[in-house]
Amino acid sequence: MFDIDLWREIFQSINKNRTRSLLSGFTVAFAILLFTILFGIANGLQNTFAEAFVDDANNAIFINSGRTTKAHKGNQVGRQIQFKNEDFDYVKDEFDEKIEFITARIYKNFQASFRGEQNVYDVRAVHPDHQFLEKTKIKEGRYINQNDLNNKTKVVVIGRLVEDDLFLKTTALGKYLNLGGIQFKVVGIFTDDGGDNEERKIYIPVSTAQYLYGNNDYLDQINLTYNPELNYDQALAFSTLITKKLKNRFSVARSDQRAIRVRNMAEGTKAVSQMTVGLTFIILVIGFGTLIAGIVGISNIMIFIVKERTKEIGIRKALGASPKSIVSIILIESIIITAIAGYVGLLIGVGVLELVGPSLKEYFIKDPGVGNGLVIGATLTLIIAGAIAGYIPAKKASQIKPIIALRND
Amino acid sequence: MLKIHQLHKSYPIGDSSLHVLKGIDLNVEDGEMVAIMGSSGSGKSTLLNIIGMLDEADSGDYILDGLPIKNLTEKKAAVYRNKFLGFIFQSFNLINYKNALENVALPLYYQGMKRKERQEKALFHLGKVGLTDWAKHLPKELSGGQKQRVAIARALAANPKLLLADEPTGALDSATSHEIMAFIQQLNDEGKTILMVTHEEDIANMCKRIVRLKDGVIMEDEKVNQVRAQEHV
Repeated sequence: MFDIDLWREIFQSINKNRTRSLLSGFTVAFAILLFTILFGIANGLQNTFAEAFVDDANNAIFINSGRTTKAHKGNQVGRQIQFKNEDFDYVKDEFDEKIEFITARIYKNFQASFRGEQNVYDVRAVHPDHQFLEKTKIKEGRYINQNDLNNKTKVVVIGRLVEDDLFLKTTALGKYLNLGGIQFKVVGIFTDDGGDNEERKIYIPVSTAQYLYGNNDYLDQINLTYNPELNYDQALAFSTLITKKLKNRFSVARSDQRAIRVRNMAEGTKAVSQMTVGLTFIILVIGFGTLIAGIVGISNIMIFIVKERTKEIGIRKALGASPKSIVSIILIESIIITAIAGYVGLLIGVGVLELVGPSLKEYFIKDPGVGNGLVIGATLTLIIAGAIAGYIPAKKASQIKPIIALRND
Repeated sequence: MLKIHQLHKSYPIGDSSLHVLKGIDLNVEDGEMVAIMGSSGSGKSTLLNIIGMLDEADSGDYILDGLPIKNLTEKKAAVYRNKFLGFIFQSFNLINYKNALENVALPLYYQGMKRKERQEKALFHLGKVGLTDWAKHLPKELSGGQKQRVAIARALAANPKLLLADEPTGALDSATSHEIMAFIQQLNDEGKTILMVTHEEDIANMCKRIVRLKDGVIMEDEKVNQVRAQEHV
């Protein structure tokens, strides 16, 4: 039922009463603008949180060793616990079905140089699985593989920024890097979402490091990820079990907190996901609060408009306007103003986010923005809001008695 | 044309009520031009409002052109008003953001007439009141007399059986008043039935019959010799 004359009437009314239309439109536009910006900023905060924890796999468990703090089974306090290859193999075999990826780490620090350029970098000696634990992305070449481990080859995988620093504009792949006086062949270049620091790392095979630096079988750390199908409680039980078994293996007291340290990322993950839920809830409350304020605002203005138009409505009724036609006029006008103004507010909001978004990164707000779904949802909400806001005033208008409206005053 | 029998109307005022019309009997034939006179509070405007279906009587009969007007729904009242009645008000009551032509076309819009036809008809009626050149002007750009002429054109546009005028000259100076009255007399000459509320004796004498109200009852109902407004212009 498309009545072109009705629309003509409405557009004339909107057009000829610009101040009134702009004023009511402004309220809605402002509410939607605030809504969009709040939502965008909240999304940005959420992105920051998400990013802070994407660096490492969030089902990871890190095992470190230290000095004992308690005497146990005839051992003195202060004994250094040192992981070796056999310990790595023990963990790997003992918990085989629960482990997804496992790697050891040896931490080194070397001066690296290529031709005239040199710098000091963190070097990590690792197993091939390390790539998945650290979520390292290979940009060129390959990661360390089992063959490297078996043959103790002198190969390195370097971060994107190491390549930038030392090889300047040229490609590093296939060239030889001097690492603490020994030449290593660059077989891969990687990127990492964990930030600049992560992209200034150098990886070498764990066996090569053990052979070249001390000819021992020492390991600094064992990292693993558990089977992602384990739930939160199972994951915690798993890390408790590892702790217990390793403490037994090294004759460490149960209550000793320093000698064997097992850190389970699941604990942090749970806190983060709870925080995200909380944040989402706050966003929703604030967002809908703003929207409701906007609806109430336009409803108020529509009531005022109806009051202002009382005389006009009275005239229309005296000339033969049915109550239904009065309701349509007010209601559709309200919907049109709400929808157009809301859309303008939305566009401005998105524009503002696009504009200032990049500069907000230092305030922990990353990529603030609103999704398409939200935009469509908000538009629909606006149309419904306009209908709700307009309905009561429209109903009121249709009940105006022409005799009262036309009274001379 | 119009038959009213024992019409009563009262308005609640706080706890008590004000009895405004106390049993009005009135018959108006086709082609009559009746002035309803009375001091303020006599009930003349209330009577006109009831006749105009803008208000409803408490009791009594009102038959318009053989159609009993009672317990109308809002919708039905709107249709009847549109079909049978044309209104002229003291304060013109034009819609201020619509130009003269659009104002005149409005009752035709509510009749469901097509836009083109509507505009032709509205323009024709504007021509009858001599305002063809002012069709695109807004009410605020028109003089009082011109506004009332637009209002008359609007009242005529829907071709009503009965023309109701509430103090049509109340806001105009005497020269303009006579000009407007000349128009109304001309309409009556062409056969339109006209009912007019006024408190000005000279305006009332330009009608063919004067009904005097006092305290809600008809005191006097006499036919008069019509004074032609044209003679005063």
